[in-house]
Amino acid sequence: MSQAHLELSRVSIEFPTPTGSFKALDNVNLKINKSEFITLIGHSGCGKSTVLNIIAGLYKATTGGVILDEKEVNEPGPERAVVFQNHSLLPWLTAYENVELAVKQVLNNKPKAQIKEWVEHNLELVHMMHAKDKLPSEISGGMKQRVGIARALSMQPKVLLMDEPFGALDALTRAHLQDSLMEIHADLKNTVVMITHDVDEAVLLSDRIVMMTNGPAATIGETLDIKLARPRDRVKLADNAEYNHYRHEVLSFLYERHGHKDETTATEPEKKKPIVTIRTSNKAA
Amino acid sequence: MKPLHNKGVMDYLKLAFNTLVIPITGLLVFLLIWAGAASMIDTSLGKFPGPAQVYQQSTTLYQEHINERTKEVAFYERQEKRNAKKLAEDPAAKVKIRPYTGKPTFFDQIITSLLTVMTGFLIASAIAIPIGIIIGLSPTLYSAFNPLIQIFKPVSPLAWLPLVTMVVSAVYVTQDPMFSKSFITSMITVLLCCLWPTMINTAVGVATISTDLVNVSRVLRLSWITHIIKIVLPSSIPMMFTGLRLSLGIAWMVLIAAEMLAQNPGLGKFVWDEFQNGSSNSLGRIMVAVLVIGFIGFLLDRVMLLLQRKFSWDKTAILR
Repeated sequence: MSQAHLELSRVSIEFPTPTGSFKALDNVNLKINKSEFITLIGHSGCGKSTVLNIIAGLYKATTGGVILDEKEVNEPGPERAVVFQNHSLLPWLTAYENVELAVKQVLNNKPKAQIKEWVEHNLELVHMMHAKDKLPSEISGGMKQRVGIARALSMQPKVLLMDEPFGALDALTRAHLQDSLMEIHADLKNTVVMITHDVDEAVLLSDRIVMMTNGPAATIGETLDIKLARPRDRVKLADNAEYNHYRHEVLSFLYERHGHKDETTATEPEKKKPIVTIRTSNKAA
Repeated sequence: MKPLHNKGVMDYLKLAFNTLVIPITGLLVFLLIWAGAASMIDTSLGKFPGPAQVYQQSTTLYQEHINERTKEVAFYERQEKRNAKKLAEDPAAKVKIRPYTGKPTFFDQIITSLLTVMTGFLIASAIAIPIGIIIGLSPTLYSAFNPLIQIFKPVSPLAWLPLVTMVVSAVYVTQDPMFSKSFITSMITVLLCCLWPTMINTAVGVATISTDLVNVSRVLRLSWITHIIKIVLPSSIPMMFTGLRLSLGIAWMVLIAAEMLAQNPGLGKFVWDEFQNGSSNSLGRIMVAVLVIGFIGFLLDRVMLLLQRKFSWDKTAILR
């Protein structure tokens, strides 16, 4: 592996709670190459989003840190654009204005025409030009997420962070957006870190799947390189033995090796146990 | 098969029934009960006014207003003629132009009241909204301000008024006052009472902005001012308007009491003067004022509602 583009080095994080500090992540190490498409997969509440938020700079790791192109990450910034799970578009701005807000931040002091061109280019990329003057409340969930992706892409991020971007969408819309995302990735070659709990999505999109153990004190359990040729076609892959092998690998990690809470909590320090059960049951509900 | 348009007509009739017939029936029943009850109440100033007497007094008040205006026009005409005549006789003569000094009519008093309440309300909002935003953004400042707000919020205007009166008399000393002292006193009392709902609601609106939107702002590294303008203000507008509507409602209620005691020539003074006057018409005239005060309060709230609809991004929200 060459010089890592993005590196997580011994990342742990603890959150203060009324009953003492809660260790969500413990010793997460990960090296990500340029243009790599990584998915983080794991059960609900295992700290996937926490990892993403640390890379984004929204949370600060208690120990360890994140290095992007040899610089430490310690605050959020547009070079690590985030696509949020529930789109997070500003409801009072149109699709165009939402993207424009981001573009004005990264292309400040550029002529108006150039800003307009770049906003429209990014909306075009996600096929949303037809609805550019609509408010988020006037478009469907899938369309909102497209605008969210356009907004993130328009910042020309070094790393695109996606927090279960398609989690709230129906299966058909999700498939469409996955295809769009693969096209965009093939085109722009961004580094992508995406959270999902959909095994098919992970195998279809990723170059590498990072599987996380259950929390608390979650860490990376295994990683799996996906060596399927690109471009990938979901229909053809359905019968592909290699594809099904990868699926099986992920499924067995999630449901056989890390499926039961008892199994993982047995490895935790005893005194943390009560918090554990409360936290996980809360998240699951 | 049933013809479809019948259903449409039925729906339309039902809507008309709900929006017109029922409220009008309610009003009629109220008028009947009022008329019945009024005839049974005897006061030292005669019977309590029923709807008929109140209607009669309202026409009288209108007539007084018209008469006063005609007198005013006549006064200025006379003055102009007199001055013209003077100048014709001697071009160097000094002419005096005197303002008309008739007593304010009921309608003048309504205008005075509206002017006073709007001035107090606007100044209060100009103070309360920025403070609300600042304390909403900072939990520390919120904790510092919250006890003060909670203590001052329930204070009656009548408690403030003596203090305000004394302070205004001591501080507002000019040769040629632009505003009368009674106006300033009433306005400040209104201001003190209607600061709080706007301030609290704005603060809560700002403090409860969705974390996702705050994160968007952080990822975009929006500057402080852009963050306020693009994220904080729009998302707190619904709560802010709730506060403003409450404040304006309080302002209007407080104003009447303040005007009574400060003798600001508005509706409050009208009610007080009629009460002191004690003629057989006084109760009827006060009742007209009561209804007008209620109606104006209702209109003010509707205006705020329209403004809220205009400025709020969430057009689907049900506002009432």
